Amino acid sequence: MVLYSLTFYLFSSVAVLSALMVISAKNPVHSVLFLILSFVNASGLFVLLGAEFLAMILVVVYVGAVAVLFLFVVMMLDINFVKLREGFLQYLPFGALLGIVLVIELGILFLTDRSSNIYNNQTPLQPIVSEVENTKMIGQILYTEYFYLFQICGIILLVAMIGSITLTLRDKGGVKRQNIDSQNTVDASTAIEKKKVKIGEGI
Amino acid sequence: MITLEHYLFLGAIIFTLGVLGIFLNKKNLIIILMSIELILLSVNINFIAFSAYINDISGQIFAMLTLTVAAAEAAIGLAILVVFFRNLGSIEVNKINQLKG
Repeated sequence: MVLYSLTFYLFSSVAVLSALMVISAKNPVHSVLFLILSFVNASGLFVLLGAEFLAMILVVVYVGAVAVLFLFVVMMLDINFVKLREGFLQYLPFGALLGIVLVIELGILFLTDRSSNIYNNQTPLQPIVSEVENTKMIGQILYTEYFYLFQICGIILLVAMIGSITLTLRDKGGVKRQNIDSQNTVDASTAIEKKKVKIGEGI
Repeated sequence: MITLEHYLFLGAIIFTLGVLGIFLNKKNLIIILMSIELILLSVNINFIAFSAYINDISGQIFAMLTLTVAAAEAAIGLAILVVFFRNLGSIEVNKINQLKG
């Protein structure tokens, strides 16, 4: 149990510190790298909670796809980041005040709710007790009870894919395109042109 | 002893850091998108902590739904950012009203 607590505090403190660095780093490339660190630590916490499948999905989807996409965009666009940093300190007092108020309010909410019947037992949080492993449990319920939700997830991803393609596709002038109609309706009379060429001259 | 509250506090702190990131980096669209990712991560932490707490796997299914939405949001957000940068040569958020039309 002590080892569990130590692991929790290690992972959560690194996650929080790297989240802090995400929003305060000067270089956006560093921000993306700290975001990756934060997600890896969160996936460690998921393993502690017994959600191994989601932990692996988090590493694969976030670190492998989303964070690399961010890194790609940051490096591809030639952005003047120094100019964007202007006014960072201007909003710091207001932002810090809002953050402190938010944390205190959420903390009060958790602490005072202890008297209600949801929170009254202070048992340590354990992974879900089951005979089958986590991935099998998710599969058994995802494809039966939550099948429509699974399908809607697919549609959301399809819409996102089509949306991002349509947004970034641009029509450059001077690009030769294939015209399938004219290719299909071609016949010998239009495809071949006969010319009489005089000897010793070109066309 | 690690109880549910520890995880809820962690989620609250990461959520607040995400909100703070939107406030502090008012001009940089990329950092704002990353802050939204942080907020969705805190949502996931809450989902999975409650899933372990009530001993029910359904919370993890909903965390997967959140992951899907976050991935779609990141893709579309970055696509908008690329278009925005192509049109204006900058990613300052206060110029984003010129994107209309």
